Amino acid sequence: MLWNALLLALRELRRNVMRSFLTILGIVIGVAAVITMVTIGGGATLQVTQQVASLGSNLLMIRTGQRMGPGGGGGGVAFRLADADAIARDVGALAGVAASASQNQTAIVGNESWSTQVTGVDNQFFVVRNWSVASGRQFIDSELRAGKAVCVIGATVRAKLFGAAEPLGNNLRLQKLSCQVIGVLEAKGQSTMGSDQDDLVLLPLRTFQRRISGNQDVRLIQVSVQEGASTEKAQADIERLLRERRHIAGSKEDDFNVMDMKEITRMLTGTTQVLTALLGAVAAVSLLVGGIGIMNIMLVSVTERTREIGIRLAIGAVEREVLTQFLVEAVVLSSFGGVIGIALAIAGSWGLTVYLEVPYVLNPAIIVIAFLFSAAVGVIFGYFPARKAARLDPIEALRHE
Amino acid sequence: MGSRLRGNDSTGLTRAFLPGDCPMSESPLIALAGVTKIFGAGAASMQALRGVNLTINAGEFVAIMGPSGSGKSTCMNILGCLDTPSSGSYRFKGVDVGALERDQRARLRRHYLGFVFQGYNLLSRTSALENVELPLIYRGAPANERHARAERALAAVGLGGWADHTPSELSGGQQQRVAIARAIVTEPAVLLADEPTGNLDSARGREIMELLTTFNRDQGITIVMVTHEPDMAAYARRVVRFFDGVVASDEQRTAQALAEPA
Ligand SMILES: Nc1ncnc2c1ncn2[C@@H]1O[C@H](COP(=O)(O)OP(=O)(O)O)[C@@H](O)[C@H]1O
Ligand SMILES: [Mg+2]
Repeated sequence: MLWNALLLALRELRRNVMRSFLTILGIVIGVAAVITMVTIGGGATLQVTQQVASLGSNLLMIRTGQRMGPGGGGGGVAFRLADADAIARDVGALAGVAASASQNQTAIVGNESWSTQVTGVDNQFFVVRNWSVASGRQFIDSELRAGKAVCVIGATVRAKLFGAAEPLGNNLRLQKLSCQVIGVLEAKGQSTMGSDQDDLVLLPLRTFQRRISGNQDVRLIQVSVQEGASTEKAQADIERLLRERRHIAGSKEDDFNVMDMKEITRMLTGTTQVLTALLGAVAAVSLLVGGIGIMNIMLVSVTERTREIGIRLAIGAVEREVLTQFLVEAVVLSSFGGVIGIALAIAGSWGLTVYLEVPYVLNPAIIVIAFLFSAAVGVIFGYFPARKAARLDPIEALRHE
Repeated sequence: MGSRLRGNDSTGLTRAFLPGDCPMSESPLIALAGVTKIFGAGAASMQALRGVNLTINAGEFVAIMGPSGSGKSTCMNILGCLDTPSSGSYRFKGVDVGALERDQRARLRRHYLGFVFQGYNLLSRTSALENVELPLIYRGAPANERHARAERALAAVGLGGWADHTPSELSGGQQQRVAIARAIVTEPAVLLADEPTGNLDSARGREIMELLTTFNRDQGITIVMVTHEPDMAAYARRVVRFFDGVVASDEQRTAQALAEPA
């Protein structure tokens, strides 16, 4: 019976190809939107997760100012190197504490110039960021203590300023400071927010403070917690210590923030989630509209085929059989919409991931769910017309012109 | 007869309709007693049947005649279990049809009745073969059996070579023959035909009547047929005349009269 109903439904749809297509357009758009959004969202989230993981696990980022959006913080009274030292001394179970300060500067080599981010650090930076030098070396203690004019550069800076030439041992100019390249960092690639992580120049913090910023400010302290130790506890300890050092009284808000990985991830994926929710609403609306379209066309179909229904009822079809026939037709219609939507989404989201440079992660579960959902739309919106058909009076229906 | 019909019953319907194991051969096939039918309510109501008494036995060929509006079609709808009496009783093989649910009546039609309408009522854009197969689908017959039986039925109405044609490619007479094939493909107990020749010229009409006579004689299918035309009624062995919602006359034709129709 179901098989017969399926064959009948397919034939009926073939008879009205154009009408069938227009009917399912809403479902197509709805399903395509859902799958595309989940695929793009999934790719973006995966990218964020990977990048956050590449920052090294158990990382805490301490910035001045109150918590805010991407790259947040920055305002408020700056830290001093002594703050980082105090954290390293007083907070237990830390693997590394890296103080840093940054500025955008134009780096020049010969005739080439490149605007990049110059960051003052010490060797703890390599520890907490889980980042190593691909060629050359890290800083040595005397360079750090004396504030020598040496630098470690990122892969992008190397490519832009030195091209194929050997950077190690050569000089790079930042304003009036000429510093010797002693190392090149291993490449990390694009970050989620579209910025290039390899576009940086590292100087010893003291060199940076004396020659670039001209002050003692430290804007960012990155801390990595020992494997197995609690980041929550470290976070709480750091907050308590800094409140004390910055003289923040009992109920006053912090003028700095300590973010852990989860918060960093959440902050970075926040926009994706808003977008996902928005697209989800669009998808829901178009599925609803698509369902109403199917209900409408099925009602038209029932009216057009009243006589056929009368014949079937007279011949001995029971209500359930007529109901099944029309319900199957509605479900076939909507599932076709689902399948077309899925095909569109697979192609479309692939194109979008290439364009947006996020990984392409097609979730098979969402495809199955989208398909089932489109079929369910057929059942829900096809039920009323099908029931109308099944309940027709055979005598009336046979008399229908 | 009864056992053949029971044999056709694949859904245990016989048990549902026919109480116990009591032999039904004593009950007439069709028994209308004091059947009335009132359409509408109150002042606008219309009494189409005013107490019809009619008994038809298995194997009969009955023509129903009467002026327009005398209640013939209303009575046929009741006989066909498409409608139920307002009062009085209709027993089909002893079963009180008035007491059956809608779906039970549908199953009764499926298993015991065949219909031929004035307007053919074939599914458009559907081949003759598929039209004839339709009742077998609802009986749950497997596809190969359906094809074979539908082809045989088409051959029996002289349309062996027309299986793939759709109604729009067939003449009126051919369409009505497809409709007859569809009605007899299930080997029903009763074939009900409401003005089957009404849309045909008399030559085409006679072809249809020849077919009905053949099925009545050779397969023992009971036929109840409404007609305006005495020529067509002449093929039947019994003529029932309706007038103003009641049976006005009911006459058996003699063997001699049958021998020379019209
Ligand atoms: N569904 C209906 N609603 C109201 N009146 C009806 C209906 N069906 C038939 N009638 C009336 O019942 C009477 C008998 O109709 P019908 O049985 O079709 O007559 P016949 O077939 O003998 O010409 C007519 O007056 C007709 O108008
Ligand atoms: Mg009539």
